[in-house]
Amino acid sequence: MDLIWLVLLLPLLGSVINGLFGRRMPKPLIGWVACGSIGIAFLLSVRVLLDLLALPPDERMFTQTLFDWIVTGDLSSQISLLVDPLSTLMLLVVTGVGFLIHVYSVGYMGHDPDYSRYFSWLNLFMFSMLLLVLADNFLLLFVGWELVGLCSYLLIGFWFNKHSAAAAAKKAFIVNRVGDFGFMIGLFLLFATFGTFDYLNIFESAGDVLPYGSLLATTITLLLFAGAVGKSAQIPLYVWLPDAMEGPTPVSALIHAATMVTAGVYMVARTHVLYELAPVSLAIVAAIGAVTALMAASIALVNNDIKRVLAYSTVSQLGYMFLAAGVGAFSAGMFHLTSQAFTKALLFLAAGSVMHALGGEETDMRKMGGLSRKLPWTWAIFLIGALSMSGIFPFVAFFSKDLILEEVFVSGNTALWLIGLLTVLLTAFYMLRAHFLTFHGKPRYDEKAVHPHESPPVMLWPMRGLAALALFGGMLWISFIGFAPLNEFLKPVFAGEITVLKTEHVAVLSEGTLIAISLLVALAGIGIAWLVYIRGFRPGEALRNAFRPFYTLLDGKYYVDELYYALFVWPGQKLSQFLATIFDLRFLDGIINGIGALIDRTGGALRRVESGYIRNYATWVLLGTIGILIYWLMR
Amino acid sequence: MLTLITFIPALGALLIGVISRERQALIRGVALFASLVTFALSVWLFFAFDPTQAGMQFTEERSWIPEIGISYHLGVDGISLVLILLTTFLVPLLLLAPWDAIKERLKTFSIMVLLLETAVIGVFLSLDLVLFYVFWEAMLIPMYFLIGIWGGEKRSYAAIKFFLYTMATSVLMLIAIIMLYFNSGLAYPTFDWSDLKNMHLGPMMEFWLFLAFVAAFAVKIPIWPLHSWLPDAYSEAPTTGTILLSALMSKAGLYGLLRFGLTLFPNAAVELAPYLLALALIGVIYGALVAAAQKDLKRMIAYASLSHLGLVAIGIFAMSSLATTGSVLQMVNHGVIIAALFWAIAILMERFGKRGLDDFGGAMSRMPRFAALFLVFMLAAVALPGTNGFVGEFLILLGIFLTKYQLYAIIGASIAILTVVYMLWMTQQVFHGPKAPQVETSSRDLEPQEVALLAPIVALILWIGIYPKPLLERISPSVELLISQAQSRIEQAQEMPQTHQDSQSGATP
Repeated sequence: MDLIWLVLLLPLLGSVINGLFGRRMPKPLIGWVACGSIGIAFLLSVRVLLDLLALPPDERMFTQTLFDWIVTGDLSSQISLLVDPLSTLMLLVVTGVGFLIHVYSVGYMGHDPDYSRYFSWLNLFMFSMLLLVLADNFLLLFVGWELVGLCSYLLIGFWFNKHSAAAAAKKAFIVNRVGDFGFMIGLFLLFATFGTFDYLNIFESAGDVLPYGSLLATTITLLLFAGAVGKSAQIPLYVWLPDAMEGPTPVSALIHAATMVTAGVYMVARTHVLYELAPVSLAIVAAIGAVTALMAASIALVNNDIKRVLAYSTVSQLGYMFLAAGVGAFSAGMFHLTSQAFTKALLFLAAGSVMHALGGEETDMRKMGGLSRKLPWTWAIFLIGALSMSGIFPFVAFFSKDLILEEVFVSGNTALWLIGLLTVLLTAFYMLRAHFLTFHGKPRYDEKAVHPHESPPVMLWPMRGLAALALFGGMLWISFIGFAPLNEFLKPVFAGEITVLKTEHVAVLSEGTLIAISLLVALAGIGIAWLVYIRGFRPGEALRNAFRPFYTLLDGKYYVDELYYALFVWPGQKLSQFLATIFDLRFLDGIINGIGALIDRTGGALRRVESGYIRNYATWVLLGTIGILIYWLMR
Repeated sequence: MLTLITFIPALGALLIGVISRERQALIRGVALFASLVTFALSVWLFFAFDPTQAGMQFTEERSWIPEIGISYHLGVDGISLVLILLTTFLVPLLLLAPWDAIKERLKTFSIMVLLLETAVIGVFLSLDLVLFYVFWEAMLIPMYFLIGIWGGEKRSYAAIKFFLYTMATSVLMLIAIIMLYFNSGLAYPTFDWSDLKNMHLGPMMEFWLFLAFVAAFAVKIPIWPLHSWLPDAYSEAPTTGTILLSALMSKAGLYGLLRFGLTLFPNAAVELAPYLLALALIGVIYGALVAAAQKDLKRMIAYASLSHLGLVAIGIFAMSSLATTGSVLQMVNHGVIIAALFWAIAILMERFGKRGLDDFGGAMSRMPRFAALFLVFMLAAVALPGTNGFVGEFLILLGIFLTKYQLYAIIGASIAILTVVYMLWMTQQVFHGPKAPQVETSSRDLEPQEVALLAPIVALILWIGIYPKPLLERISPSVELLISQAQSRIEQAQEMPQTHQDSQSGATP
């Protein structure tokens, strides 16, 4: 465990080496440096896990201070790391999934001229996320938080010559900063309240300093949540994530699975002590999560871009995680985060494999189809991902999603549970729709120009690895037989978890019934997708007309981008132009020049001096002031 | 020692004065040598400085005009120490910079830069008001020539505007200094700061004298709405001049505010704080919004500078040692970052002869090294954690949040969003997007020697961002002492409110 600093240093080192010398290094070496640093970091993380497991559960916590960072006055913040079950779980997910994505990238980005820049930034992304996860205080968390935002900016805009990529990168950074603005105010308020940024000090004294349900507790947690809303793409700040698809596909996998979007969920789980003191905040977190889950899933229903469907699916699934956190089921949220990391990385890599097979960056599913024979592995792997995402037994997301729905149901909030259930239906539909459109039916790509081929082993093996995780990941927590190693592991962290909610409301429906309901709903979604996209069932004219306005709304993504443009971007631009041209140049500067002109006109006697000897003006004025000085002194 | 640091550049200028103007290499060498020796000495000073001692160190005091209490009094504390280091760090880099504009009249140019260095250092070290004023005015003359001779098309307009603007307010300060001399109420009249900071002024007198000082400093920084000389001067000046103006001379204003404004007139400073804070805050938002609408890179960064300096000023007005420590650190940071940004624009100008926001596009694919360095500068400007800008801005905002001006911190924190908007816009226009035709034809990535010149700046940005301790442990005690002295004088004034007011209000102009 003493080597935990190496987990941070290795990716950073890899990034620096590839960044500084990459362009003079042979390609295989670049790949080895990048993948090797993450691979070793993963092995070290496994070692950390084993070390932790060797300890008794309530002693599984360890901090390591590296050096003083900002120390002045009352503020003393260190570069200091915290290892506990929660950070270890994140460590394993980030380095494990991250490693597979790195390996995959070796194949996927093999022909890109900017190979070294890509891996340098990818490693930096890993470093930032690991810093975020390992930080033992809020300020250092914020460092990782912001660095993750930077890396997403860099990687989304990786193909910077493409206008849309550059714009998407900028959008991601700015939208994230909006959330971070709230987060930063939250940090100020935390410091003003506790006088420190250290997790342990704050969490220990939180109960005494912040009364349960107090306005202060609510404000702090909501401000922190603003940051999570930005980073984890929730309403109203999710708009950057779908556009983030402009980046290379493995980057999307990384953003959606291992790094970046999980940060918000992790942060809420990490600070659960504070959230538990603020019931209002928890309710808001749950509501935003549920609504986001439903809204994003509905947009995904009609989208024809394979990556964007997956992107909206991520937004939707993150909504589930916040829903879980909002009802106090932090462990369940973390489980879904893990299962989501496996599944979503898998889906993105499979989508990337499809795009690779079609020879480029084609993402329009209307130009795919009939690929199941040509790409058997990709087909099978994508299917595993799609079924897992839909919540079909025995894939990992089945277990995590059901756990969340169960917790929500038990918490007694039926409305939220129904939203969650409806989202299951939509999810199953759009995931299988994507699968059918991509792999089944007649080929719709240009068969003369494109000859699809299965991806090379360096890409297939990471996908197989993730498929295995999606298949067996459910073993982490099988709630209905009471087998829950993950829960046991996380228990010391969430020891204070709200148990009140669970006991007060006697469950009306048994666990088995709940599972049966959600399974049936998922199967129904799959069935509809099958009917429409395999059997070619066309709904009647009347039905289609009835749904047309709804379709338009979804196809326009609820016109949120347009709304934000009209509300913020456009007025901002106008204001800025007004200030720059009218106010600053005409008004303020006009006053000054007016004064100047006035003096010029009245001071006719000085005109000779001004016009002829401008360069000597300095001397004149200096002489003048010295004259005044002498006058005053001699007075 | 402090005298040496102050006057070696001037000595160098003197030496260059006797060299024939044809011997350019020798001129360059002498100028560089003088500035490097100064830098070496200030690095030595930095380490010889005792961080555990908050007060003035290495003081030198000689009577100059004893009849009227003017002395030659120099001293350095943690605040001036880091600013000296910034000054002496930047000047050799500027002398080495290979910009075309300087090749003509190199002799005059080198003399001006070195004289300016002496003046700026003198401002930071002076502990006597008259001495301070002499250096303060001495900054103006070389700068006037730098803009007037080597500037752009509208140079003489910009130079005169700058000169009149600053001169007019400097005269106010001079009058205030003299008034101070006659009204300090000390047993023996003096211009010495260390004595004057213990004086007692009537409230009205203090109020007006403070305003006069603030006027001079606020123009130099500048504080909104006294900034209208800035876009013209910054954009018309040659790059060296722009960097000296934005990186060093603006700090002279901020430093003056802190050293003299707060300590000599603490009651007035506290009383006026809400208004000054509001003006500075308007500057933060206003500068950012106006920067976003600029079409010219240099003007854009000029307004960006207005925005960032406003934040530094906020940190000074709030009377919080945390915020003020952040401000002092941010003065150094801003100097480094703004120099780097203007430098980057100079590189673009040199390559392409243009600096319009729409003149570029896709430069990153042709100039990857340059793009990488620019990225670091840009990130420092948007205060990304890990760069120096974050440490400074965070301390300022946190410090203010802990005072009664919480709202100012919240509004001020929006700088995090606003800066990103225009800096990313600029990056996108210049470096991203499809390649513009002239990027295709006249791109040339940085030469190794250009990288070598910018590397120290990058190193400083990252060093302060990751390990600011050596700077903070020197700045912080001095700031705390300064604030506590000011506060104890405020308390004194509250304890005996009426007596002084009665006896001195008659002297109010």
